[in-house]
Parts: sequence; C-alpha cells; structure tokens
Amino acid sequence: MSAINLTIDGREIEVAPGTTILQAARQLGIDIPTFCYDPELAPNGACRICVVEVEKARALVASCVAPVGPGMVVHTESDRVVSARKSVLSLLLANHPLDCITCEKTGECKLQDYCYRYDVASSEYVGAIKDLSYDDTNAFFVRDMNKCILCGICVGKCQDVVGAGAIDFVKRGFVTNVGPGFEDPIEDSSCVFCGMCIDNCPVGALIPKYVTGKGRPWQTEPVPAVCPYCSLGCNINLHIKDNEVIGVSPVEESPVNRGHLCVQGKFGWDFVHSGDRITAPLVKSDGVFVEVSWEEALDYIVDSIKDVQSRFGPDALMGLGSPKASNEDNYLFQKLIRSLGTNNVDSYTCHCHASSVDGMVEAFGNAAATNSIAEVAETGAVLVIGANPEESHPILDYRVREAAQKGAELVVAVPDMVKLVDVSDHYLPLKQGTELALVNGLANVIIAEDLLDKAFVEKRTEGFDQFKKTVDKYTPEHVAEITGLTAEEIRAAARAYASAEKAAIVSDAAVNKQTGGADFVKALANLALLTGNVGRESTGVYLPYGENNLQGSADMGVHPNNVTCYQHLKDEKVREKFSRAWGVRISENYGLSAAEAFEAGKNSGIKAMYIMGENPVACGGDKAQIADYMKNLDFLVVQDIFMTETASLADVVLPAAAFAEKLGTYTNSERRVQLNQPALEPPGEVFPDWAVLVELAEWFGFEWDFAGPEEVFAELASLTPDYAGISYQRLSEGGLQWPCPADDHPGTKFLYQDSFSRGLGLFSAVEYDPEAEAESDGHSAACCTSGGHSCRCLSETITRRSVISAFKNSCCV
Amino acid sequence: MYEKHIMICGATGCLSSGSTKVSEALIEELEKHGIKDKYRLVMSGCPGFCEVGPIIVIYPDEVFYCRLKPKDMAELVENHLVGGEIVERLLYKGPDVEAPARFYDTIPFYAKQKFNVLRNSGVIDPESIDEYIMRGGYRALSRAMEMEPQAICDEVKDAGLRGRGGAGFPTGVKWGFTNKAPGPKKYIVCNADEGDPGAFMDRSILEGDPHAILEGMLIAGRACGADEGYIYCRAEYPLAIDRLKKAIEQAKEYALLGDNILGYDFNFKMNIKEGAGAFVCGEETALLASIEGKRGMPRPRPPFPAQVGVFGKPTTINNVETLANIPLIVKEGGAAEYVKVGTEGSKGTKVFALAGKVRNTGLCEVPMGITIEEVIYDVGGGIKGGREFKAVQAGGPSGGCIPADLLDLPIDYDSLTKAGAIMGSGGLVVMDDRTCMVDLARYFLSFTQKESCGKCTPCREGTKRMLEILDRIAEGEGIPEDLETLDNLAHNIKDSALCGLGQTCPNPVLSTIRYFRHEYEEHINENFCRSGICKPLFNYKIDAENCTGCTACARACAVDAIKGEKKEPHEIDQELCTRCGSCIDKCRQDCIMITRVGSEADVSN
Repeated sequence: MSAINLTIDGREIEVAPGTTILQAARQLGIDIPTFCYDPELAPNGACRICVVEVEKARALVASCVAPVGPGMVVHTESDRVVSARKSVLSLLLANHPLDCITCEKTGECKLQDYCYRYDVASSEYVGAIKDLSYDDTNAFFVRDMNKCILCGICVGKCQDVVGAGAIDFVKRGFVTNVGPGFEDPIEDSSCVFCGMCIDNCPVGALIPKYVTGKGRPWQTEPVPAVCPYCSLGCNINLHIKDNEVIGVSPVEESPVNRGHLCVQGKFGWDFVHSGDRITAPLVKSDGVFVEVSWEEALDYIVDSIKDVQSRFGPDALMGLGSPKASNEDNYLFQKLIRSLGTNNVDSYTCHCHASSVDGMVEAFGNAAATNSIAEVAETGAVLVIGANPEESHPILDYRVREAAQKGAELVVAVPDMVKLVDVSDHYLPLKQGTELALVNGLANVIIAEDLLDKAFVEKRTEGFDQFKKTVDKYTPEHVAEITGLTAEEIRAAARAYASAEKAAIVSDAAVNKQTGGADFVKALANLALLTGNVGRESTGVYLPYGENNLQGSADMGVHPNNVTCYQHLKDEKVREKFSRAWGVRISENYGLSAAEAFEAGKNSGIKAMYIMGENPVACGGDKAQIADYMKNLDFLVVQDIFMTETASLADVVLPAAAFAEKLGTYTNSERRVQLNQPALEPPGEVFPDWAVLVELAEWFGFEWDFAGPEEVFAELASLTPDYAGISYQRLSEGGLQWPCPADDHPGTKFLYQDSFSRGLGLFSAVEYDPEAEAESDGHSAACCTSGGHSCRCLSETITRRSVISAFKNSCCV
Repeated sequence: MYEKHIMICGATGCLSSGSTKVSEALIEELEKHGIKDKYRLVMSGCPGFCEVGPIIVIYPDEVFYCRLKPKDMAELVENHLVGGEIVERLLYKGPDVEAPARFYDTIPFYAKQKFNVLRNSGVIDPESIDEYIMRGGYRALSRAMEMEPQAICDEVKDAGLRGRGGAGFPTGVKWGFTNKAPGPKKYIVCNADEGDPGAFMDRSILEGDPHAILEGMLIAGRACGADEGYIYCRAEYPLAIDRLKKAIEQAKEYALLGDNILGYDFNFKMNIKEGAGAFVCGEETALLASIEGKRGMPRPRPPFPAQVGVFGKPTTINNVETLANIPLIVKEGGAAEYVKVGTEGSKGTKVFALAGKVRNTGLCEVPMGITIEEVIYDVGGGIKGGREFKAVQAGGPSGGCIPADLLDLPIDYDSLTKAGAIMGSGGLVVMDDRTCMVDLARYFLSFTQKESCGKCTPCREGTKRMLEILDRIAEGEGIPEDLETLDNLAHNIKDSALCGLGQTCPNPVLSTIRYFRHEYEEHINENFCRSGICKPLFNYKIDAENCTGCTACARACAVDAIKGEKKEPHEIDQELCTRCGSCIDKCRQDCIMITRVGSEADVSN
C-alpha cells in the first residue's frame, strides 16, 4: 500500500498506512496530550484528552486510535479541540483530590501537567467526588483509587503484558473503579507486584510505599543500573536522593526489558540499605568477630595464605568467585588466584546450573544462550518445558506471552497449571520428572511424520543415526504411558513446534536430576537441531540462569580449566598469552571444580579458601557437610555484603560494596555486557570488590596498576577475543552482546548462524531414566517444573533482607 | 383437524395483564364442556394492542376479543364456541369507534399499520416451524441459496433497508463489507440486547416469530460468507430465549441449520449468548467484547466489526428488526414489493413501542413517512384523558423530544435527525402537559449515567455532572449559568465521547433545552415547575369556586394536609402537603391547581 499524505496543523507529512494521527503528529514533533495511550497495549481511546479536529469529520476523533487517511486535514489545538480538552480536564479534576501539595506524584503527574498547559486551575463542576478507601494492605504500594482517572493502562499491563490479571474495571457509570474482583484488597488478588501499574500510572493513584515523604521527582537523580537479581539483566534507573535509593524505574528503551520489570527489579533493591550490612573488615578472635583495620585484615590474609601455600603447596588454595559480582571483580579474582599459582578457581552457585552448561557445551560447543530475549516475542512457536518463567524469569514470560498474542503456537509442558497455560494452544500436564521422555517423544513424532529439517540435519549436525535409533523407541503411545498424556496431545505439540517457520524452546538452567539434568538439556538441543531451529533469529534454546552475572563470572574465567571466554588452559598458547600479560607463570595443572572440592568423603587437599560473594553453606547440597568442610579449613576468608552462613565460619570477613555502589559490567543470559553506574557511596569502610582485590594483590607483591574498573575491563577485553570490541565508551551507549571481536562490530544477537562452536551440532542419544526420580536428593527437586521458583536453590542472602520477602512468590537470591 | 384456532396472546404485555390466568380459565371451561380437543389453542406472539390486553383472536371466525378476564371465559365458550354467537361485550370498544369492532380491519389502532415484520406475530404458533413455513417461511433462504452472495447484498441494498437498531446504516452495504473482508471464518451477530426503557419491539419479534430471525441470519450468513452466528439476547427475555432455542432445534431437524443446509454447500452454526443486562452491550463493539467473555466495554472504531469483529474475525451485526425484514426482501419478488412502502431515503416499515400518555399503548408497525400526528392520534388514539399533547420522545435515551408544532413531521431517519431526535430502536414516549421537560431530561440522563460503561471520561464524568445540574434545577437550586454549562458540556460530550452511547446521551437534554428552554428558565428564574412534577417548585391549590366539598381529595391525602367541611370548599395546608399528587388523581371536578410557591397567580391545571 502506498504512503498517505496528510496535513497536521498546516504541516504536510507522508506516513505509512495504518499510522495513527497521534503517531504522525509525533513524527512532526507535535505534542498531543495522552493519558490512556500506551504503544504496547491494544488501542484504547478512553481518556479522550488526545482528541483532534479532522476537517469534515462529524465529531472530534481520538488521535491515539484514529488512523490517518489520504488528504486528511488535522488540527490539534483548534478552539474546538481545546474546549473539549479543557472539558475533559475539568471533569477529571472535579473528581480528583486536589492534594497536590503533598501528593507524591507532583512534578510528574500528567493531570497536573495538562491542567497547567490548558490553564485549568479548578473545575467548573461541583458535585459528588469519589470516596473510596485506601488499599495499603500489601507491603509494596498504596492504591488510592480516589486519584484514579481510569485510563486503564494498569489494567492493560496487568492482563496483556504480565498476564497476572489481578485487576480490571469494576462497576459502571460514575462509580466505575479499577481493582481486583469484588474490590478485594490487592494483597488477596493474583497480583505479582511487578509494579508495572505503578510505573505507568499517569497520576498519583498508585504510590510505592518506600517513596513516601522521601523526595520530589525533580530532587532525585536517576542512575542507570542493571538489576541484581536474575540473569536477564533488566535495565533499571535507581532514583537517588541524599545517598539513598528512593525508587526504581524501568528503562523504557532497554532492549532487554523494554520498560518492564518484575517484583525483584521494582522492589528488591532495598537490601543495599539494610542494617545488616558489614561495614568494616572482621577478624575472628576466640570465636568472635572483631572489627579491624584494612591493613590488619590484609596482613592477616596474606600471611595466612602464604603460610598454607608454603606448607601444602600452591594448590592448597581455592577461590570461589561470585555470580553476583561484576565482570571486573571476577576477572581480578581469578587473576589473583591464578597469580598465586593455582587454577583452583570456580563458582559454586547451584550445581543444577552445571548440568545445563554441560548439556549445551556438548551439543553446541558453548553454554551461552543461543538467542536474545527479545527474539522470543517474534517466534512462530514456543515450547515451554521444565520451567516456570512466570516466577523464575518474568520478563521472559512476558515475551512468551507476547509471542502467543502475536499468533505463535504455544506449547506449555509443565505438571501444574501455570498462568501461561491461559494463552497456550497446547497444555501438556505431564508427570513430574518425565520431561526427557516427552522431548524424545516429540522428536519421534517429528521424524516419523517427516517434519524434520533434512538439509539442516545433513549439513550442520552429526550423530543423527544413533539419536534416531534411540528416539525410535519413544513412540507417542509409549511416551503417553510414561508422561500421563495422550498420544494425540504429544503428536499435536510436536507438529506445532516443528511446523512453525521459527520455533524456540524455553526452559531453565536450573534443571535438576528429576528432569534429567544434562541429558534433558541435550534432548532439548536435539529437538532444535532436528528442526533447524537454532542458528537463526527467533529460534534457539533458552536456558536462563538464576543469578545476574552467572554468565559473566563464567566468561571471566572463574572456572578451573578456562580463562576468559572459555579459552582453555590445556592450550599452551592461552597459558602463554595470559602468563605474559599478567607477568606470572600460570600453572599447567588443571584446577579443582567446586563440586570436586566439596565431594563428600574425598580429601581435596584444599586447606585455604577465598570466597567472594558466595554462600555455599546455604546453597543447597548437603549443607551440614559443606559447613563441616569449611570448619575444617586452615584458613577461610569471605568477602560479602552480609554475614552469610558461610561468612560466619570464616577467619576473616571483608566487607563488599553492593551493586548500586560500584562501577562495573555484568553479562546477562543473552551474552549482553552492560554497564552499571555507581549510584551510592558505600557505607562505612566498604570498598568495591575490585578495589579490595587490587589492594590485596599489592599486599601479595603483584604490580597491578588499575585506576578503576574501566582499566580492568580494557585489560580483560585485550585478552578475550569475544570481548575485544567492547569498551566502557561503547557500553555507555548501551549493552553489547558478545562475540564482539572488533571496535566496529555491532555484537552478536544470536549464535551459530554459520557453524557451531564445536563445528557440527551434536545429536545425543539420551534415555529417559525412570530411576532418576527415586535417586533425586530432594535438592531443588520440584523447583523448575512445578510452579515453584527456580532460584529456590539459591541462598536468599539478599532476598530475605528486602521487602520482597513479603511476597509469597518472590525469588530467593 | 381443529374446528377453530384460538390465539391467546402470550407476549409480554398480555402476560402481565393476566393472559396466563385467562388461558387457564379458558381451558377449564373447554374441558367442562368436553370440547377442548376441537380447538387448537396457541399462546401466540404479540398482536400489538397491549393497552387492551389480554387479547384472544379466534380463527377462522376473525373475532378479536380484548380486555379479557378469567371470568369472561365461561361466556366466551358457552356463547361463541358452543352457541356460535359473538360475545359483543368482549369486542373492542372505544371513543374512536361507533359500534364494537369485531376484527383488525375495523379497529382504528390497526387502520394505518402495515404488517411486515410483525406479519406472523399473533398469527402463527411461534413454536411451530411448520406454521412459519406455511406462511412462506424459509423460501427466501432457498432463493438466496441460488444467488451469488454479492447479489444478495445488492438486493438488500437496493431495497433500501437501513439498520433498525437506530443508526440507520444501509444493511446491504454493511453486508458487502463483511463479504469482501478476507478470511475463511466470519460471523453473523444478531443484536437482541434491546435496552431502551419502554422498548419491546425486538422482544415481540423474537417471541412471536423467532424463525424469521433465524432465516434472516442464515441469508446474511450466505451473503457475507459466514458460517456461524450469535444471537446476543438479554437474559431478561427468558421467553424469547426459550423460543429461540426451540426454533434452533427445529431448524436443525429440518436441515436448515448445521451442515449442507438445504443440500447446498453451506454450513451454519447458531449460538445464543445471554447478556447480563448492561445497556451499553447494545453498542456493537461492547456486544462483541461481551460475546468473547470480556467486560462489555466499547472499543474505538475503526477497525469496524466487518473487518475485526467477534474473536477478531469479520462480523456483521444486525438488529432483530433489521433481520426480520430480510426474508421479505429476499423472497421471490420481495424487493420490488418492499420498496413500494416508505419514503425515498427510508424504505419499509418501522415498529414502534407506543408508551406514555397516549390512549392506545402498545406495539405498532407503520410505514416509513407516516407523520407523528398520525401515529399519535390515529394509531395511538390521542392523548389519554383528553389532555393537551406536549411532546413525544423518540429514540429513547439517545433520542430527543419532538414538540407539538412539529406534529406533521414525517417519521423517517433523516427528518427525525434534523429535528434533534433519532429513529433509534423505536421507542415513542408521548407526553402531555403534566410532563416536566426538565424531569424528562433528568430521567433519561440518570439512566445513561448509570449505564455508562465508565471507560471514557466525557461520558463517565460528564453525564454525572449534567445530571447533578439537572438535579439542582429540579430542586430549585438552579442558577442562570447552568443552562450554558449544560449546553457546553453536552456539546463537548457529543463531540468527544468514545461510543454511540456517550455521543448521544446528551440528546434528551439538548432537545428539551432547544424546544422547552422556557421551562428550564421558569425552573431557574421563577422557581416554578408548571407541570407539577418538581416538588419544591409548585404548590397544589384547590380552586374554591369549583370545589364541591366531595372530600375525595381529603380522604386520599396520606398526611392529612387537606381540610374542609363536607360540601364546603376544601383547602390544602402547604406546610403538610408533600405534593404526592394523590389528591389530583381523585378530584372529579378537576379543581386542584398547580400554583407557584407562595403565589396565587399563574394558575394552571
């Protein structure tokens, strides 16, 4: 269709058909006021403040919903328009409490702004006004519906974007209101406290409890940060006044979260101001921690580690890096440990992540996410299995929901009725623990019905024959018996996934023994390889992690066998490159993994441990055994923001700065490296991890010369081809997805377009093991698939010090 | 074979005036005489003349009995059915006839009516598909099967049929849009969410001739390429829903619904969706939302339902009465016949619900172009009690009033709109000099204000403020600026509201201000309601010269405000009087007058 020409306020413009008058006017820089317009919601046209005059039209038209027409002549501020807008404002004002002086929204209230713009000082209408009671029953926000102007954006976000469906319009006429069914308190509704209603409310009807009386919008300074919770790495702005966070807002233009948040991002930051923060170095003396100076603490650490290493050799030391600390922190951490002569450096967050890493590496050669989060929304079919993104990774859940709304076939294979089922086309309520069998069954159908991508299988993969032999046994009838589904359901789901032009698989990195661990992940990879749904946009396998920088800490070489970005230490050239760059001799010995070190009944030979930002004692597994292990060490130093279960067993505890207090980069689950700006001064004697590590290195006698994180990043980028093109300067414009090998490289949205990291994609013949369930140790057993939270295995260190602990579904990081 | 057909009106008007009891009594009498099996008793659709219900029509004798009571049945059976003598006492009598009128052709109420859509109402058994077929039913459908879909659209367009729901959009054109819309799945929706206060045209059609609606929808389905239909009927019409359900079952048995209808490659599935009584669900986009199970709230158009309708698929939405016209137009030779009735721009007939202060209340179907005067005086029999005609409200809460000096206005879409009213769905509320026009506007506004869905600001907030101003005026608290405020607000709401409900709800206010501004001014400036409705703004006063002291008024007064000796003129204690109006109804001398508060001048009665 050809472009449409029209005239707005005497200015001509050419726009695409289907453009609304509002969009066309905005292209011309003409500011038409709106209350109820939101580009991601269905056309609403409710508030009527955006009306404009279209010549020859009978009535004024709502510009936010009216499409342009050829030759249209539009007036956006004619007398008739202004009269109608004043009337709307006057009507709204007549039914709105005029407590602007104390209203928290003053300064960013659209009603206030437009009344100013159209000189509506008071309403000409005197009459009834709403008198509804406050709803402040929940821990997070106050709902003062007397201020609500019924624009409906909150309803749209809640129903269409989030899918919580907690609120809708209730009643009719003048007493129409927005709220949960039967006007129950929001606490008793299906609200997930994502706060998107608050972020999008044009007036002061929804106010977070924490801001009350803390400061005016214009008194705060928004500082861009990366959410410290899950691995999606949502972009947030921290609103700072007097060295205090008084609010969080989502970054609208973020490619990750696009103005969306979940309860953690919106409300979970308050732990930074917790009274439990460690504010000075602590040394245990007679079983009691005593505050000491940094000099004293560093002296003690250096002496103790040197002592252990001199007695038991360099490999008696082990370091555990942090999936919550920045890339720079982790890079320096492994650099320090390796500089001390050992490769015993790893991360111990949750060994269920490890199996997913192993599965992905085996199939594709790399554990990193194949595709970007945003791509899910544009795919043609989604298979959600072994995951409940609604609770573990809400932003991903929103994208799956968006895909379904745009027409994607949605297959939800989870044991319990999750909310995503509402928008699904195929709901497969399979028996807990039979996921792998189902995936093999889907592959069986795809092969049997000839729905596979033969060209892709031939050119890009290996191991098909062995794989086929295995899945041939998994006929739909056989799988139906195992899973409790019907054969027809299985066939229909397989067809839905395989028939779409583009299809994605959404699972969770926290897969566990019950779903088959690494074998399950391999089975998912098989499915993607079989249908050619990898290596293209809006396809792939999504296995997001639980921790915000798990990807980054792995990228940074917090791993016994790899240095940065999986450069393997068995490669002498790699050892040589890093040895030369660091001015030390990197050990040829493989390091111990955390799992190997903690393995019960084995003598790992570790005598001293340095743990930065991790809490293994509280993090799943056999907690008592790990606690004993820690107690038996000759020397333990823990660097953390709180006195964790692990820190309490340490000889020395070093305070650390929280995410909001330090400059640094984090890498999310889609390989996006993002810059986090410092928003606060750290409390007391607290320094960022990187600064502590630089200082400690100096005490050990290494000559590190870093003035700040930017220089640390520059060094790691120079040693890491995948990060080579990334710099702080580029990151200040927005995140970049590795591989980004050169300064002019735009970053990589999805992987494996031409080849896999291991060359060909590898089919794995994996079998469903009915014994697995019996073997399960209970650790995170039900977490991934039964509606529970995938991060339940994590330690709750920060969650329990935040208001979000009040929310029944909140994450436990 | 039956000797006679006895049609007992089983429609809403007669049911409420007691036709069930009459029917029971009739059956009892017939059984007493042992002759029940000789007659076919039918609870029929509505013959329209509700004023004189309950009604029984006997065929083939062609006798129309009215105002029946159960006790009349003995005589009716004994004399008419057994004795063969017409019971004259039970025939229609009135000031407009010299002698009792025996049948439709001699009853003045029916003289100017033209039965198109009510052709079967009261004539057939609404629960019998066979009777519908015998009256020519489903022949138009079989003809449509042989036609190209676009040809059906064109024929309906050429017949000049315009939407009877109120807006008057050409039906054939609407069908053409849906026909041309891409996609394999389309819907036909019948809007049976009749909600205007006092309107019951659609209800009568649904109850009296349900197959006509099914046939209309099937033809629409053929013309639009739709294979599924929804009848959105308010749950307050249980009889209509029941009859529709029966009709659907019968049509399925006769292969008129389902797959391969009449042997053609045409399938149609019919659903009934019961609405929960929100007025706004009569608005087409709100109705669609409601069918989808969502809250019934309008959405902006475009996209129009012909492009994006129910469940996102192209949809034609037609009103009940519109659909009832379809078989007449599409049957062999129907269109040519159809265009003979009506005016240039408005073809065919329109069914009206006549209510208010008119003598013959009920349902009437008149040719387009008939004047208001003919409807009120010839069909309606004039004003009740011989009082003075003041105005008629056309089009319900979305319409406007038409004053006495426009009595010669022809009833068609364009003339009514020009006069500030609308055709609407066909409610006509007749008002005499005892109707206060401020109160009228207030009544309709209080209705729309309550029924506003609450979505758009002008309608939700604006109607409340307009109502508050009218309340103040009626309470005697009005100020001169109120009229300008009302006028401005009304125009802004019309100009900027989201849907038809909002855009038209100021009409009753605007039209009463347009034609009866002096009444508003009298309320505001002189604290006087000449119609005796707005209680703080008048007093009752007894005209001492004419009062005979009959004491009827004093006995009727619940608060003992009327004092006076027998056969002496009475007087009203204004302190005690609550202006309930009981006295005025009882006074046979018509000597209770409405006066200004604190004044004896300006007497009217």
